[in-house]
Parts: sequence; C-alpha cells; structure tokens
Amino acid sequence: MVSPSSSLIWREIPERYGMVGSVCQTCGASYFPQRKVCPKCRRKGKLALQKMPENGRIYAFTEVHSAPRGFENESPYFLAIIELSNGVRVLAQIVDSEKEKVKAGATVEMRFRKIFEAGKEGILAYGYKFKVV
Amino acid sequence: MRRVSIISAGMTKFGEHWEKSFRELIVEAGVRALENANLEGKDIQALFGGCMASGTFIEQEHIGALMADQLGLNPIPSIRVEAACASGGVALRMGYLAVASGAYDIVAVGGVEKMTDIGAEDAAIALGGAGDQEWELFNGATFPALYALMANRHMKEFGTTEEQLAAVAVKNHKHGFLNPYAQFRNEISVEAVMNSGYVATPLKLLDCSPITDGAAAVILCASEKARGFTDLPIEIIASSQASDALALASREKLTEMKATKIAAAEAFKQARIDAKKVNVAEVHDCFTIAEILAIEDLGFFEKGYGGKAVEEGETALNSRVSVNTSGGLKACGHPVGATGVKQACEIFWQLRNEAKERQVKNAEIGLTQNVGGSGATTVVHVFKRGD
Repeated sequence: MVSPSSSLIWREIPERYGMVGSVCQTCGASYFPQRKVCPKCRRKGKLALQKMPENGRIYAFTEVHSAPRGFENESPYFLAIIELSNGVRVLAQIVDSEKEKVKAGATVEMRFRKIFEAGKEGILAYGYKFKVV
Repeated sequence: MRRVSIISAGMTKFGEHWEKSFRELIVEAGVRALENANLEGKDIQALFGGCMASGTFIEQEHIGALMADQLGLNPIPSIRVEAACASGGVALRMGYLAVASGAYDIVAVGGVEKMTDIGAEDAAIALGGAGDQEWELFNGATFPALYALMANRHMKEFGTTEEQLAAVAVKNHKHGFLNPYAQFRNEISVEAVMNSGYVATPLKLLDCSPITDGAAAVILCASEKARGFTDLPIEIIASSQASDALALASREKLTEMKATKIAAAEAFKQARIDAKKVNVAEVHDCFTIAEILAIEDLGFFEKGYGGKAVEEGETALNSRVSVNTSGGLKACGHPVGATGVKQACEIFWQLRNEAKERQVKNAEIGLTQNVGGSGATTVVHVFKRGD
C-alpha cells in the first residue's frame, strides 16, 4: 500500500490481530475479511462476527522475488492462499518455514507478526502470517 | 436496441513515450480515428474514455473534460470510465450502449494511460489499486504474485508447465514483431523466457506485460448510418460484462475466471454463435497464465488444455484461432486504460483485411476479452465483418 493511515490500521485490528470475520446466520456461510452483506442471501442475510480458525492448508503459493515497497527486506518471501479449516480462503505470507515444506496441502498455523512500517510516521502494521507445522 | 458498428480506429504506437504527454497521446489517437473516417469533430456527439489511474501516474483527474477539451470536442458530454485494466473495454461497452439505446448516433471511444512519468516502483503501486489494497497488497501481494498464485494452482491441477507459459510470450512477441504499433518488435525464445529472473514463482520477467504509454480510439456509429462513413463498417454483434470478488482469495476457483466465463456465455448468446466460430481474438495476457485462462474460459479450448494448445501452435497466427495478433499486452504493450480499446482497433483492422503482415486470412468473426485486476471485471465484445 502507499501509506495507510493510522485510522485504517486501527479500525481493522479485530480482523488483522484476531482474524475475526463474519458468518451469515441465515445460510451459515463464513467470510473473511468481514462483510456487511451476505452475497448469497443479500437482504435475507443476517451477518454476525465470527472468529476464524487459525489453522488450515496451503491452497496455492508463490515465492515473491520482486517485492513491493515496504517489503524489500523480506524478499524473497512466500505468499499463499490458505484454506482455513472452515473452508474460508485468505491470502497471507508464509513465515518461519523451511522452503521445501512450502507446498500445496501443507498444514499451516496462524502467527501474529509485523507486516510493515506504514508511511512517514513509521506506524507499525501488525497482522496474520502463517507457518508450516 | 439498435445495431452498432465501428467505422474508424486509430492509435498511437505503444511504448515508452518520454517525449509525449498524456494529452498528446489522447490527441494523436483521437485525431487518427477521426481522420481515418474523414469525420469532423462536429460529427461526434459524446465521448467515452477509459483511463485507470491518471491520478497516481500524472496526478491528473477529470479526464472526461480534459479529453473533450484537448480534442476540440466541447461542449459534447465526455465521460471517463474506470475499471482498472478493463477501463478501455468497459468504455467501449458504454459507447456501444449509448448508441444502441438510440441516445446518440455517433460517439468516440478512447483509452489512454501515461505510465512512464513515474518510476517502476510507483507504477507498481498505481497498478496495485486494481487489486484489493486492504487485504492483498497490505499483506505483501503484488500483481505478478496474484497471477502467480493462479499459475501455481493451474500447474498443480492440470500439469501446465513453465515452458507452456513461456510459449505464450514467445508467440505474442512473434506477433508483436509484425505490428508497427507494438512496444516490443523482437522475437524471443522459450529459453530466454525461462532464463529471465523470477518475479513471483512460477512467473518470470518475460511472462509479464510491460509498463507502457499509449492511447487508442474507435468511432462507433449506428449500423444503419455506418455506410455513410465507410464502405466496410465492422459490426459489434455482442457486448457483455461480468463482475466477481475483488480479492483472489474470495473467488470460487483460481484456475478459471468466472467473470470471463459468464461474460463469454452472454456474448455468444447475443452473437448467436459459439466459440468455434471466432477466427481472431485479442485476449487479456497481462501475464502469460492469463492468456491460458482466457482461451479456456472463452471456450476456445477445454479447461486445462490451454497451455498445451499454445505450445502446439493452435493459437498462432492463422491457426485454429489466431490469438493476440497485435502482440497482446505482452509484446504490443499494456497502457492499462488504452488496452481494451487497442484490442478493438486490432480486430477492426483484422476484419477489414488491413492488418498487413499479421493479417489473419478470411477473418470474419473477431472477439476481444479485457480483464480488470485479477479477474474481478471481464468485458467481452464480438465483432463481425459487415459485408
């Protein structure tokens, strides 16, 4: 991102620190990040907060060699789409894992990590990454 | 709905135009399109222009007004259309609907992007806006990385190889070599692609489309009046668009673009043809994997067979279906807002038999597929020679 504001980082703390997503109480579908409208039920949907499971499997992965600004020091790093144990998919970095173990189907667990330093003020953005276990 | 035809097309050469400004690119493409049909400014009743990120690239907004002003078209209504990398294709669709509805008889449709006034790192941030800033880019994703994830999954599910991805770039450079408007007019080998460094595995530098300046324009006219301007109008026989989740992780599958499948199904229904009838297609190859997904999702080839089809030459010039005769985004270049309109220019010239060295023999039906972001928008048009 260019330089997210402190208010953006602050208001997303429940999602980024604790992976709190949404569940539709009408159809039972879970979502992460949070949604205010259930795309399946639309007006009949009733969304509530739901904690996402912190474990899952790697669904797809890539090793990023050409890192964007703010991520240069980590390059190369693994980025993956994780399928959480409830079936919801999230995009996140894979950290603290041996290269050979990063593959589709590998079991992963959520880790709380610094994501980057934002903007000129150097606000620290924290969030979820995943580790192969 | 009235039938709508393209009566003229014009574009700038695509490339790094350090000597030309954003507005000069617009004027060059726009004036060429007007002159090619011997039109005067007063003939144009409205203007639709695709532009993705001028605010970040050159800190200029209000592009609708700027376009009309610079082209000397005031006071006609002028509308900027933004749909990330599909801005041009969606602008074409808006122009099409404006004429089809009967609101106007003749409109101009343009697309432009001036990407080299800022550094490549800043350009990457501008392009990142096509994805989900808060949930993808925030977590370290880049655009190549998003397409790399699709490639990774396609390789796992269907056995697609890195050499097959490379074959897309090799073919498109071969076509770009024949196109005077193309940014890259050099042929490359599979080895050269394989040896170019990884950007995000499995995608390498030569799997990626470049940063480009350029503009393109077409003039649309109600078909019933088109022959007053040209002997060979090209009719738009279908125009469709579909949306999907902005973030890749929220999509049902990584190995297909659902928005492309839905837009294609709708387009073929409108055109009353099936995919097999298409002779020439310009598809959205921002990365090599994107062309493989496109030719599968458009129905040219079975799901999973796209890589093999490219490798076996089934999408080369004058093969089963000639794909990206312009050189595609890969070799012709990808000034994001202009790409969708450039695709229409290329099909216009192909169906009029004006594509010279890269001409597809006996081309009657053409198709364009323009994607926004990692697949959240797809716009499809089908074109037919009017004779």
